[in-house]
Formats: sequence, C-alpha cells, structure tokens
Amino acid sequence: MATTSPPPVAVTRRHTALVRVTHWITVISFFALLITGAEIVISHPRFYWGETGNSGTPPLFKIPIPSSRDTVPSGYNYVLPDQNGWSRYLHFEAAWVLVLTGLVYVTASLITAHFRKNLVPPPAQRSSSAIRDVFQRYLRRAPPDEAESHSYNVVQRISYLLVIFVLFPFVIWTGLALSPSFDSALPATVNLLGGRQSARTLHFFVSGLLVIFLVAHVTMISLAGFWSRTRAMITGRVKNPSERS
Amino acid sequence: MNISRRRLITTGLAATAGVAGLAAASRIARQHSLIPPDGCSLYGPGETLTYAAQRLLTRHSLAREFPRTMISSVPFANEIAKPTEDFKRHQAAGFSTWRLTVDGMVAHPTAFSLSDLKTLPTHSQITEVVCEEGWSYVAEWIGTPLANVLNQVGVLPQTRYIVYYASEPYLWGSIDMADALHPQTLLAMGMNDGDLPVKFGGPLRIRVPRQLGYKSLKFLTHITATDSLKHFGKGLGSVDPEYGYSWYAGI
Repeated sequence: MATTSPPPVAVTRRHTALVRVTHWITVISFFALLITGAEIVISHPRFYWGETGNSGTPPLFKIPIPSSRDTVPSGYNYVLPDQNGWSRYLHFEAAWVLVLTGLVYVTASLITAHFRKNLVPPPAQRSSSAIRDVFQRYLRRAPPDEAESHSYNVVQRISYLLVIFVLFPFVIWTGLALSPSFDSALPATVNLLGGRQSARTLHFFVSGLLVIFLVAHVTMISLAGFWSRTRAMITGRVKNPSERS
Repeated sequence: MNISRRRLITTGLAATAGVAGLAAASRIARQHSLIPPDGCSLYGPGETLTYAAQRLLTRHSLAREFPRTMISSVPFANEIAKPTEDFKRHQAAGFSTWRLTVDGMVAHPTAFSLSDLKTLPTHSQITEVVCEEGWSYVAEWIGTPLANVLNQVGVLPQTRYIVYYASEPYLWGSIDMADALHPQTLLAMGMNDGDLPVKFGGPLRIRVPRQLGYKSLKFLTHITATDSLKHFGKGLGSVDPEYGYSWYAGI
C-alpha cells in the first residue's frame, strides 16, 4: 500500500511552560550572578572565617590571582581593572530576578504537584542499586534510556532536588547574610553561619557547588544529545522515536 | 502551533494585570519615597526592590553590636588622599578650628566645633565596618547621634534627606531620614577609647552602621538638610553613583 501523506507527527509534551520559562530566566540570572560575583571576588580574593577579616589579618585561604584593588596584598605588582560598581548593581538585581523566579517556580510546582510527579524518585527507584545502575550506564557511556526522553532517572531527580531545595536556598541565605541591613533585622541570618566572613566564604563555596552542577548538567545534556534536549526545554516537546531521523 | 482562544484571553488578562500592577506599584513606591535617587537606571528595578524592601521591613532595626572582646586588634583603613595644607593647619591646631556647618532646611543653621559636639549626649557603639570589597573589622565608635544635632538645629518636617560633605567637597553622600534619625547613626569623634585617628576619618566621621563602609564618610565638615536630591551633583544622591556605586548601600 503506497502512502502519499506523511505519517502524523507524534510529539510528546516534555516540559511545561512554567518549567521552561523559569528555567531560562534562571539561566540568564545565574550567569549574571556568576560573572558579577567573580568580579566582586577579584576586588578582595582573600577569604576568612569568623566575624571579621581584612588585609591585615591572616586569611583562611586566598585565590592566587591579582586583585582589582591596590590595598590587597595579592603578591602581584599590578591591579586589574575595577569592575565592582556595575557588578554589584547587577549582582543584586539578578539576585532579585532569581529569587522571584524561584518563588514562582516552587509555588506553582507545589500546586501542580510537579515535584511529586516529576522529581521525587518513584518508590521503585529509591534504592542504592537503582542509583548504581544509572552510574554504571553513565560510565559505559551507554546512550540514555528511551524513557529518559520523557522523564528523569533517579540520579537526575536527586540532583535537581538538591539544587532546588538545598543549594539555591543556601546560596540565597549566605548572600542575604552579607547585607548589613538585613542582618540588623534578623541577626540570626549571619550569626548562625558563624559570622560575616564565614558567611562570605560559604557563599563562595556554595556558588562553586552550583558551578559544578552546571558543568555536570551541560555535560550530561551534551552526551544525551544537546540539541534535542535543548529543543525540548525551549518548545516543551520531544519527537517520538519512530519519527526520529 | 495551536493557540486556543481561552489561552489567548488568559494570557492577555495576565499581561494587562501585570502592567497595571507594575504601574500601581511604581506610583505607591513614589508616594512613599521608596525609590532611591539612583533608581532610574538599568539597575533601578533591583535597587528599588532592595531599598523599598529594607524601608518597609527593617526601617527601625538596629545593626548588630558586639562585645568588647570582639573589637578587632587589626582594624583596616583604606588609604586616604594626602592631607591638604588646609587640613594640616587644622591638625596643627589640634582640630580646635574644625567646624561642622549644618544648614539647609533647618530653623537655626549652626557651625559646631568639636567641643560643641562633645557637649551633646554621647553614645558609643561596637559595630562592624563592612567594605564593599568584602573585608571587615569591628571597632568601638564614640560620638553623638546625628539625630541630636538635627534636633538642635531644628530640622524642618519636610526634610527627606541629609546630605553630607567631607573637607574635600567632591566627597559627599546622603542618607534618608530613616537612617539620619536612626539611633546608631553617629557623628564619631572617638574610636576604641581614644580620639578618632586621621587614618580612620578623624577628627569627625559619620557612621552609618546599617550600610556599607563607603556611606560612613570621613572628615565631615558640612551637613545640609533637603527635601530633594535633584540639585546635588548629578542628582543621584551621592558621589558614589557617579562612579557606578549604588546610593543605598544597606543591600
């Protein structure tokens, strides 16, 4: 039997509009925060523990880079261009965008049961062997399971939940602890972290963990098929395997 | 793509509500002075959110104070410009010639000497100086709350900002009345039980402990009460936004 008309395109919904829009707003604000955060660190690339710390006190550690301020004993005899002004303006503006987007995402996801349906591992996957299986497939560099075009495996689910409910809240908390006015209203914000300089150091490390997540996330997407996964996060749809060319 | 009529209508309604909401929010913000003077730039929305949130939620909160044992043995001072001849003359006279002129929207414009200021009720606080670069130290600051001086000169009720200048008048800043009348906003003349060293802004420095260090201007000589910042410098509230730094530094 000759078929003249093309087969109906079978597409499946993958990501809701809410997930897609909040994902890309988060991407943009995260990059703004990362770049401006790095610029702010360059103005004093030394880290301390406790309440106080400055160029006259021993650091916990320092990043071996030149500084954008000449009062910092960086070990280099030149200073980098100072970008702190606009970096600080943009850092706090992007933080607002990220926090408000996060609030919309979490609130809406609780209402639509997005977390329960898509991110909390189903009972069958809640075992160390299920997690080991995923890693073994990663290590064999086996192509992703067909099911993974439509839902997340257990390792993805755990990572996303960690990022959403642990790393982002903690990076926001440690960031707020650096605001002298916010601390005046809620001193526990900074005191619970062991002081202002501890909060700054923790803010730096949690940002580092988020960068590690970002690198792993983009690497896994590239291995699974960068464009098909990215297209799914833009259009919300995936083509079914029979239609794949 | 298939856009249903219902979806089009809900999207349209949501967009209209959003725009109307933003317009209403910006009108309320303007009425209640919740827009900072540098709030009209690309970063204005972020600055306005921060400033408005702080003014609505933390207007009267007190900066953390520390026990005496936490005073930093190594306070750090940024390098200051080489003292002018004028400054050296004041210094040679033991700063007995130093004056703080208070004018603008006040009933009795007055020039205070340091000994005049010392007759006002003294207040001391052990607070942290926090630099926008990231470093910090804790010190004791001794002086008189700015509110005392403002009461003395009879600041007029329509005043909205207090503008202040250093001995080199290109260094200037301003704070709103919430910070100006705040009990911890201090005209500091002493530090850690001694006179305020020149390195740290002596003989007279303003301390605004709920904001970053750059709001705590050194070498204070002049204070002006005003209801508008439009005609000061470029109208951005202080010299800092002219160099790309935010006016409100409470974050």
